[in-house]
Amino acid sequence: MAESNRDLLTRSILQRNPIALLVLGICSALAVTSQMTTALVMAICVTLVTALSGFTISVVRFQIPNSVRVGIQITVIATLVILIDQFLRAFYFDLSRQLSIYVGLIITNCIIMGRAEGFAMSNPPIPSFIDGIGNGLGYGLVLLFVAFFRELLGSGTLFGVEILPLATEGGWYPRNGIFILPVSAFFLIALLIWLLRTLDPAQQEKE
Amino acid sequence: MAEHSAAKPFYSVLVLAFVCSALVSGAAVGLRPYQEANRRADQKKNILRAAGLYRPDTPVEALFADIETRIIDLQTGAWLTRGPDPETYDQLQAALSNDQGRPLAKQDDIAGLRRLEKYALVYLVRRGNKTGQIILPVRGKGLWSTMYGYVALDADLRTIRGISFYEHGETPGLGGEIENPRWQAAWQGKKMYSPTGTVSLRIVKGKAAATGDAAMYQVDGLSGATMTARGVENLMRFWFGEHGFKPFFDRRRQQGGIDG
Repeated sequence: MAESNRDLLTRSILQRNPIALLVLGICSALAVTSQMTTALVMAICVTLVTALSGFTISVVRFQIPNSVRVGIQITVIATLVILIDQFLRAFYFDLSRQLSIYVGLIITNCIIMGRAEGFAMSNPPIPSFIDGIGNGLGYGLVLLFVAFFRELLGSGTLFGVEILPLATEGGWYPRNGIFILPVSAFFLIALLIWLLRTLDPAQQEKE
Repeated sequence: MAEHSAAKPFYSVLVLAFVCSALVSGAAVGLRPYQEANRRADQKKNILRAAGLYRPDTPVEALFADIETRIIDLQTGAWLTRGPDPETYDQLQAALSNDQGRPLAKQDDIAGLRRLEKYALVYLVRRGNKTGQIILPVRGKGLWSTMYGYVALDADLRTIRGISFYEHGETPGLGGEIENPRWQAAWQGKKMYSPTGTVSLRIVKGKAAATGDAAMYQVDGLSGATMTARGVENLMRFWFGEHGFKPFFDRRRQQGGIDG
């Protein structure tokens, strides 16, 4: 292990952000970012699942036959996601209603699969766990960044609290409809990638 | 990760599948009571919301004490005196079953339901010995999803006292605005039926008429959600039409009103 646990945790936030550098997990970044609250809960869920699945897979990595490893990874991930979904439904009913299908879609989040295959399969449990947390945080940060602009400009609110009074409800702010639609997340993520790669040229791809 | 034998992949997958399924089913069974309680509380909350009785600071059960749940036969419109228990009757499951549901003919199925139950739940808000309003469950297809909600009617069985939607999968911010309390508030006081007894309520594009006869039957559309609004209009037309609650209302009127 060349990298310390601290590096493992922080490198995925800016230098090796799963969305910005690896361009993974875009699908859910489009879906859940119309509100800050859903983005935050999604980020927490993905962080938990990535960390726990990394840990679990790493513990049993010597027992996993090479020929069926992807299937086993998916099964572990799916189990964790279902457990989280059931838990949310039992104790955080309102949130689970807002997230509805997206929690199930965590299974297909490429970041989790990517970390399981790319890191946990060849590293010990504790670093895998920390790597999962780091990637979850990196993912969550981008989600919150996108959701901040989408919710503020699209609905005039942040975490559901009114910031810009909407013209339709007697205020002065005419809402910008494109920020409500998932397509706006594409523009925001593209801008973020451009920003990160300008600030840190090491992230630029070679011609 | 060396392959020990050809059989190893099989039994490792088997063991894993067994462990995972035990975990998942354990969680599903163990947490079900909580989930059921949440679902029921949420439904009651929305029934109260449709009737305008919901107060966030009072427990739902206490507010629900004034509400009587009964079952009606949709086709005849009569109260059901024997049969399923109103407390446990699952209307959506009934629609799917063979003995308590039936398939809808395509030309009748304007709300996109496919199957309709024989018996429906109704909720009566009691004010002393009288019924103040009646809350009816409705559902129908929007653009992407089936929308589930409640409509509260005044004791005159014509005037809308409120609506609420508790489950749908429409686009947040566009069709999802059917959840917006401001939009739902615009329904209050509108007339579901014209004096001749036809469902006359319409959701119009843009602003509804503010004055005149038309104002009683028009609700603002939702910008960017024409299909969802059309779905809401269709489900109202269905549920308050002859396959929905109309036989029940006619029967009640013949027998001298809601408490007759």
